[in-house]
Amino acid sequence: MTITDIKPRNTKPATKKRATVRASDPKNPNLTPEQLDAFGDELDDLRQRVLGKLGKEDADYIRMIVKRQQQFEIAGRALFYLPPAWPLAVAALSVSKILENMEIGHNVMHGQYDWMGDPKLNSRIYDWDTMAPGENWRYGHNYIHHTYTNILGKDRDIGYGILRMDEDQKWRPYYLGNPIYALLLMLLFEEGVAVHDLEVDRIMAGERTWEETKKVGKPILRKVGKQTLKDYVLFPLLTGPFFLSTLAGNAVANVVRNIWTFNIIFCGHFPAGVATFTEEECENESRGHWYYRQLLGSANITGGKLFHIMSGNLSHQIEHHLFPDIPARRYPELSVEVQALCEKYGIEYNTGGLTHQLWTVAKKIVRLSFPTGTAKPQPAPVATSDETLAA
Amino acid sequence: MTLTTKLLGSKAVAALTAPHGVDRYLEMFNPMWAATEVRARVVDIHRENPGAEGSAPVATLTLQPTSTWRGHRAGQYVQVGVELPGSARRLTRCFSISSAASLPGERFTLTIRANDEGQVSTFLVNSAQVGQMLHLSQADGKFTIHESAATPTNNHLVMISGGSGITPVMAQIRTLLRDGYDGRANRKVTFIHYARSEADQIFADELAEIAAGDNHVDVHLRYGDATFSEFELRRLVPDFKNTDTWACGPGGLIELVRDAFGEENPRLRVEFFKPPTVSTGSATGAVSFVKAGATAENTGATLLEQAEALGLTPEFGCRMGICFSCVKTKTDGTVRNVLTGEESSLPDEEIRICVSSPVGDCSVDL
Ligand code: FES
Repeated sequence: MTITDIKPRNTKPATKKRATVRASDPKNPNLTPEQLDAFGDELDDLRQRVLGKLGKEDADYIRMIVKRQQQFEIAGRALFYLPPAWPLAVAALSVSKILENMEIGHNVMHGQYDWMGDPKLNSRIYDWDTMAPGENWRYGHNYIHHTYTNILGKDRDIGYGILRMDEDQKWRPYYLGNPIYALLLMLLFEEGVAVHDLEVDRIMAGERTWEETKKVGKPILRKVGKQTLKDYVLFPLLTGPFFLSTLAGNAVANVVRNIWTFNIIFCGHFPAGVATFTEEECENESRGHWYYRQLLGSANITGGKLFHIMSGNLSHQIEHHLFPDIPARRYPELSVEVQALCEKYGIEYNTGGLTHQLWTVAKKIVRLSFPTGTAKPQPAPVATSDETLAA
Repeated sequence: MTLTTKLLGSKAVAALTAPHGVDRYLEMFNPMWAATEVRARVVDIHRENPGAEGSAPVATLTLQPTSTWRGHRAGQYVQVGVELPGSARRLTRCFSISSAASLPGERFTLTIRANDEGQVSTFLVNSAQVGQMLHLSQADGKFTIHESAATPTNNHLVMISGGSGITPVMAQIRTLLRDGYDGRANRKVTFIHYARSEADQIFADELAEIAAGDNHVDVHLRYGDATFSEFELRRLVPDFKNTDTWACGPGGLIELVRDAFGEENPRLRVEFFKPPTVSTGSATGAVSFVKAGATAENTGATLLEQAEALGLTPEFGCRMGICFSCVKTKTDGTVRNVLTGEESSLPDEEIRICVSSPVGDCSVDL
C-alpha cells in the first residue's frame, strides 16, 4: 500500500468547531478495512519483535527500580526521626510512592513482567501502595478501560463518572463545577481511584445492586484501612515524639504522589486532539481498528529519561495502549517505529511537552464546564510529531 | 523458629510493609533473610555417577534453607524455582528430597538426574555452582512413612523404585536407619530397585553398606531388562498384598505394581513421573478441565471457547490477550498462542486461555 491511497475523510471544512474531537473528524484518515488490517499486521509484527527481545535486561531493570524504590522508602521513613530533614524525608517518600505506583505497580499489574515467573512481580499477586485494591483496579483498568478505550458510554475513564471531558457527555448545571471537581480529584486522586470501581454515579442512578456494590466495596474498605493504619498510625507512632510531623509528612507525600499521577494520567487521554469513538463505530471491531482507536485515543508527553521513569513510562501512553503487556521500558524504542507507521498511514501521533499537554487539558476542563457552544470555541493547537523524539 | 523469624513473620511487621510482604524488603539486604518465603543456598554439589558412560549425569545438591524452612518428612518433595542464566525467567520444578527427614531450618539434599528435556535439572546438575540461590516451597507430598523406631506400626515394609524414583525411597530408608530402625522385634524392609545398568546405579556404595549391615533391610538391585514381576515379588514377600508398600518410578513400572496389588489396595502408596509432553503439531487429542472434571475432544478453538462450549464459565475480560483476567494454569500439554503462533509445552505454565488453543492433549486447572 502506498501513502497516497489514504484519503482524507472529508475535504470540506467542518462547519462547527467541536470542543472535543471525534474519530470521524476530517483530520483523521478514513482507512478502509483492508488498510486497517495491514496496519494491524504491522503492529502485530512490531509486537512480536519486541516480545522476542525480552530477557535479562528487562528483568534487571525492573529489579533495579524496585531496589531504588525501597531505598527511597526506607530513607524517607528513617529521616522522619531527624526533624530538620523533614522536607528530605517527604521528598524521598514521595519519590518512592511515585515509583511504586507507576513504573512498578501499574506496569507489573498489567502483566508486563509475568513472563519472569517471579511471584513478587506477578500481575495477579501484586498489590500496589495506594488505597485502590489491586483486584478491583485490574478489572476496571486492564479490562474495561484498555479494551473499550475512549468509547463513549463504555470507557468509564472518560471523566471518571465525575467530570465532563467530552462534548458528547450531556451538559448539566452540575458540570459548572468541572474545574473544582478536577482540582479535588487531583488532590484526592488516590481516594478517587479507590472509589472509582464503586461506580457511585451508577449506584445513584440505581443501576447497580447492593450485592454488586458490597462485592467491590469490601476490598476497598479493607485496603483503605491498611493504608491508613500504616501511614497515619503505625509509622507516626514508631517515631514517638515526632508523631505529628511524621503523620503530616506521610500525608504530604501521598498528596504529592496524587498530584503527579493525576497530571500524568490526565495527559494520557484528555489533551486536545485526542479522539473519542461511538459504540457503533466499534461494533465487530477488527484488531486493526482496535489499534487505530488506541492510537487516536491516547497522547504522549515528551521529556527526558528520568521523566519517563517517574511517569512509569505513561508518558508513552500511545505505546502503552497499543502494547499494554510489554514492559514499559521498551516504549521509547517502540515509539520510533510507531511514529513511522503513523506517518505512513496518515494517522496523527499526539505528543507534546508536559506543560503544553496539561494546558490543553485544563482548557478542555474549563470549556466543558459550560454548555458546549456558549463558551468561545477555540480549537486548541495540536502538537505535531516534529516535536517528539526528545525522549 | 528463632525470635527474629517470629518477629519478622508477625502481623505488626507485615502491617508496616503492606501491601507488600516483609520478604520484599529483607531479600534486598540478604538473600538468606526471610520472614515467610523459603529460599536456600547450595552449599555442596556431589556427582553421583561420574564414570557412567552414556547415561545422564546425576548430582546430589546439599541445600542450606532459610530459617523459614519447616523441615520435611521422608518421601516428600519440594518445588525448586531457579532463574536460568541469561534468560531471567524463573522456572519451577518439583524434586524429591533424598536426605533423611529434616527439622526446621536444617540442611537437606536433592538428588537430581539431568534429563535431556529438563532445563532445570540440567542446569542444577551441570552448571549450578556452590552459592547458587534457589527459591523453594515448603516440603509437600503424601508419599511418606509413619513408621519410626519409637512408634513402630508395621512389621514389614516394602519399597519398590525404578530409576530416579530411588530418591524418596532412599530418604525413607535413611530416616529409618538413622532413627534406630534395626530390625529387632521382627521388623524388616524389603527394598527392590530397578536401574538401567550397574554403572548407572546411584548410591551404590551406600546401598551395599545397607545390604551388608545387620539391620534387616534386604536390598535387591535389578539391572537392564529386568522388569517388575508379581511372581518375583511374591517370592520375596509372600503376603505382599497385606504389606505396607511404597513404590516410586516411571509410569510403566507403577502400572505393573498397581496391577499386582489390585485396584485401590490401601497398602500401596505410589508416586510416578509424568512422561514429557511432545507437541503433535495439530488440533487433535482431548482437552480436560481438571477442576470442573470435564473432558472433550479438542476442537482447535481457544481454551476459553472450548470451556464455554462445555458449559463452563471461566472468568474473562477483553478476550484478546491484554487484560490477564483469564489466566489459568495449564497442568499438562502443549498450547499455541493464536496471536503469535508460538507453541509452548512447559508443565504447570500460566496461560491466557482466551488466546491459547491446545495442540494435542491438554489439561487446564479450571
Ligand atoms: S480475557 Fe483478557 S487476557 Fe484473556
